Formats: sequence, C-alpha cells, structure tokens
Amino acid sequence: MVPLSWYLLVAAALFCIGLYGVLARRNAIGILMGVELMLNAVNLNLVAFWRYVNPSDLSGLVFAIFVIAVAAAEAAVGLAIIISIYRNRDTVNVEEVDLMRG
Amino acid sequence: MGMQIAFFLFSLIAIVGAILVVTTKRLFHSALALVLSFVGVAGLYILLEAEFLAALQILIYVGAIAILILFAIMLTRHLMDPKARAFNEQWWVAALVAGFLFLVLMAMILRVPWPIKAAAVPENVIEGLGSSFVGEYLVPFEVASVLLMAALIGAIIIARER
Repeated sequence: MVPLSWYLLVAAALFCIGLYGVLARRNAIGILMGVELMLNAVNLNLVAFWRYVNPSDLSGLVFAIFVIAVAAAEAAVGLAIIISIYRNRDTVNVEEVDLMRG
Repeated sequence: MGMQIAFFLFSLIAIVGAILVVTTKRLFHSALALVLSFVGVAGLYILLEAEFLAALQILIYVGAIAILILFAIMLTRHLMDPKARAFNEQWWVAALVAGFLFLVLMAMILRVPWPIKAAAVPENVIEGLGSSFVGEYLVPFEVASVLLMAALIGAIIIARER
C-alpha cells in the first residue's frame, strides 16, 4: 500500500500550486480556480487521513462532503460577483477593481 | 506494485493539471486543465477506497463547478486579450511564498510520526454516511442545505440584470 505521507505530499503540492495561482493571477476567475485547487487539496488530505488513521469513523468523509458543498456555494456566489463586476465596471482584472482602496 | 503505479499516474495527472491551471496564459485552457486536475484527484479518491467521494468529485467539480467557470470565462471573454499580462508584478514573490510553504509542509509531513492504523474500510460506507447525515451530523447537514439555498438565491440576485 502507498504510504500516507505520499498522499499528504501530493495534497501539499496541489495546495501550494493553488496558492500561487491565487496570488499571481490578475483575472478574478483565475483566482477562483486557484481557490478550487486549494479546496481540492484539503479534501484529499481529509480523505487520506480517514483511510489511514481510522476508516471505521466516517467523520473524515462527512467533512469532505461538507467542504464540497461549501465549495459549490462559493463558486456560484463568486462567479455571480465576477459577472456583476464585469457588467458594472467592464473588467474582471482585480487590479482595476480598487473601489475600496484607502 | 500496481497500486504505486496507479498512484503516480493519478498524482501526475492532478499535479500537471494544477500547474497548467496556474501557468497557461489563456484562461479557457486553464479551465480545461482544472478539469484534468479534478479527474486526477478523483482517481486518488478511488485508490483511497472512497468511491462515493470520487463519484461526487466527478459530478460536482467536473460536472458543475468547472462548467460554471467555463461559462463565466465565456461571458467575460472578449476583455481578455491573450497578449495582455496574465500575472501581476508580484508573481515571483507569490512563487517564492508557495515554494517556501511547500518546503515547510514537506519537512513537517516527513517528520511527524502519523498514527496509522492498518484497518480495512467498512463494507457499508455509503449506508454509514447516510445515517450519520440524519443522525450525528443532522444540524451541519441542515445548515449546509440552508447555505446552498442562500447561495442559489444570492447568486441569482447578484448576477441579475438591473
């Protein structure tokens, strides 16, 4: 069987790649895609810990399903906000959306 | 041995997909790479014997979220000139931060003695999930349904034409 730490390393790599996307992209939709990658990495960790630490307790899987539900809600509202910004300000570039800059 | 090969294959798909997501200049291509990465993670779920979660991953992430993102890209597309910069000026700082975080996480993962139990997965996982959603996790389950409802209505109200 594959050791647990391999799964954790893959999840850490996915998380860091997603973090880079969130920090470096200029397009708001690109940032949202980075967030989705990070949520996926977290889910992979939850499922790996469920499988290797205590498979008879299903709380790891339940938590992963809640994360998926929250990710779906986040994607729907986030994309709605992006479309609304696009409609009002004619841009999806986060550097030009600085209405609340001090 | 077959397990290791499958693991490497699926994690390669997931990580290469993820790298393409954050490095391609055209957003449409990176959304397609996102689908690739989601499929790789679904394969890893199958290796972890969480078949139900793999099915959920394909249905919700590939079937719903990725399609939603593609729609959003197509609705806002003509703005994104492929010659324009896709990354901000701090992209190298972001790369440094992400790389450093990965090194820290890797050091921790390899150092901690994880309390691994070699137990088999129970046979009726889906049944157990169902009964824990209406038993132990009833309140979070109801809160999640309220959240989805609020997100549905909120998304419609935010994105609607005024």
